Amino acid sequence: MSGERTVAYPAGDTLVSEGVIAPARAGRPAPARAGAAGEPLVVVEGLRVQFTRGGRKVNAVNGLSYRLEPGTMMAIIGESGSGKSVSSRALMGLLPPTAKISGSIRFDGRELIGLPEKDMRELRGGDIAMVFQDPARSLNPTMKIGAQITEAVRLHSDLDKRGAHARAVELLKLVRLPAAERRFHEYPHQLSGGMRQRVMIAIALAGEPRLLIADEATTALDVTTQAQIMELLVELQQRLGMAVIMISHDLGLAASYAQHVVVMYAGRAVEQAPTQTLFANVRMPYTHALLGAIPALDREPHSLFDVTPGQPPDLSALPKGCPFRPRCQYATDTCLQAPPLTEHEPEHLWACWHPVGAGAGHNSANGEQR
Amino acid sequence: MTAVDERTGGQRAGTGSPLLRARNLVQEFPVRAAGGVKGGVVHAVSNVSFDIYAGETLGVVGETGSGKSTLARSVIQLPRPKSGTVEFQGKDLMKVGRRELKDSRRHMQMVYQDPFGSLNPRWRVTELVEEPLRGHGWGNADSRKRRVEELLDLVGLDPSQYGKRRPFELSGGQCQRVAIARAIALEPALIVADEAVSSLDVLIQAQVLNLFEKLRREMNLSYLFIAHDLAMVKQVSDRVAVMYLGQLAEIGPSEGIYRQPLHPYTAALLDSIPRVDPVTGAAHRPVALPGEPPSPIDPPSGCRFRTRCPRAQQKCAEEAPQLVERLPGHQVSCHFPLDLPMPTVPPKPAAPVADPAPTSTTAA
Repeated sequence: MSGERTVAYPAGDTLVSEGVIAPARAGRPAPARAGAAGEPLVVVEGLRVQFTRGGRKVNAVNGLSYRLEPGTMMAIIGESGSGKSVSSRALMGLLPPTAKISGSIRFDGRELIGLPEKDMRELRGGDIAMVFQDPARSLNPTMKIGAQITEAVRLHSDLDKRGAHARAVELLKLVRLPAAERRFHEYPHQLSGGMRQRVMIAIALAGEPRLLIADEATTALDVTTQAQIMELLVELQQRLGMAVIMISHDLGLAASYAQHVVVMYAGRAVEQAPTQTLFANVRMPYTHALLGAIPALDREPHSLFDVTPGQPPDLSALPKGCPFRPRCQYATDTCLQAPPLTEHEPEHLWACWHPVGAGAGHNSANGEQR
Repeated sequence: MTAVDERTGGQRAGTGSPLLRARNLVQEFPVRAAGGVKGGVVHAVSNVSFDIYAGETLGVVGETGSGKSTLARSVIQLPRPKSGTVEFQGKDLMKVGRRELKDSRRHMQMVYQDPFGSLNPRWRVTELVEEPLRGHGWGNADSRKRRVEELLDLVGLDPSQYGKRRPFELSGGQCQRVAIARAIALEPALIVADEAVSSLDVLIQAQVLNLFEKLRREMNLSYLFIAHDLAMVKQVSDRVAVMYLGQLAEIGPSEGIYRQPLHPYTAALLDSIPRVDPVTGAAHRPVALPGEPPSPIDPPSGCRFRTRCPRAQQKCAEEAPQLVERLPGHQVSCHFPLDLPMPTVPPKPAAPVADPAPTSTTAA
């Protein structure tokens, strides 16, 4: 795909104050693969994932490509069934063996597709960690949270029991769990949703990951708590120099925190760019439709939303050409050919024959509001 | 009935009596102590009063546990609140018997969050939509069949295509349309929508919200619209009520709440919404409100928000603020509302909040 897309983050100001910062990779051999300078951390190319359900082939991911620079935060946005979670699970090696995966996922130069489970297990929870949507279901309800974190710490380091305990408390402080020492001995049901998600993040950080995948990690939380957790993720990303893939359906959230955005529809990336570039010049009609459909504080009461008719396509019977064609107001016969994802403007890629507002074509995007 | 002003939104418009008048609603649930969690009484709704006029939408926002769903259920008497009055179409629902209550419920319908959970999975769409008509003895089999088709058309589902399907053969958005068809079948005056679009994808959510709006215009419906998304509530409501830990923090015209929030909690909620400017692409990065809501079993003394409030003073711990009207139709329950300068124990010359009052600094 197109060349460099450097969104390199200013490496974080590494505040070693407060004494809660992770003692970088204690007790673990430094990663042998240093990663050549300028090399992206993750390169996904032509990723396809197909499931078979009831004899029908479900194409969950259809040729997804992106690259992620170390230490940056990227958002993958899309609706249910857009393939955003499935593609990240492919990256984590968490898909069932019945899933047909093709294409390439390189993490730090190493191909992950077809990697033996033994190696994958070492990577998973180590260099690559994941935080899921529902913290209540991701934690073991019968174990004290301290034990759950200590378990993760011991799995990914050779610290002894005492060392692991100290490290676990340290991690709880790092994620700003109030009264960490006391909470250490509590069960998940005694914590609020936001606190549980902090615990999940602490567990994810136990292996000192270089990539954290946050799959709708704040969706189940209240807005005020969501803001707290997102702030925490950004802070950790900067302090620990970790890359973050945040999977979300919330455009506003992606715009507020990510440096780079990939918009997915029906298993492919339909638009991607650095965040501000993308939101200032939305090209793909689908992204545009999403923006028009989210409630906005500056709209008048009882104003109508811009409506896109229809529903996302059936993944086992994708329409010919552009998957958004049946719902798109700009669609023509040209769209029967699938548009490739191409870098049309510097760093701005989209897959559309009739981009909104790019050069001649339509008169802007009509119908801002009624 | 009350003439509700279309644009400025039913600010106590007219002199007629409201469609729904709730006064001093209290709902409490006893919980047992278990597994290290404290037992006691959950103060789910404490002394909440509001009105809804015909054709008006009242939005209710609040965090998880703020009592917004309990409030909705108290209104439809499911279960009956502990105390207070709910007057609907002039009838006090707290006092009427079962038969009269059923009669009243015909005019107040509910749409729930989970579109699959609220429909019987074994019934077909036509049966589902017919059920409320049958339950209230509406017409005969023939007229009901016609009515069902009419209703499905109204909610945007082609009866010939979808009539014979069962819920699992529908998408979430379509299920929610069926639930809405059921709710409007008996031409109610009020629809209580409890997070009715929260589980839907953005594009489908917009379709369903527009359907609500269309029905409001065509049937002069009133809504009690409950959601956690303040931006959404603002766009669909004439007036907005902000709840915190079982109490009303603020209630007023939605435009006013957004332009000039009076309660620090409302301001914090507005600040924590991530949003993006569609023109410049610039994002409004949320400002996090510290802390978490305290337990409704053991709410703080005085003002329940004081433990997280940047403006809290000694007085807030000692005395519970009352809901006071500070702007026309705009009430707030706060000792130090945002239209006043920041309170300071020893008075300092600084007013961080926009107010044409004193001092040099005037933040926008």
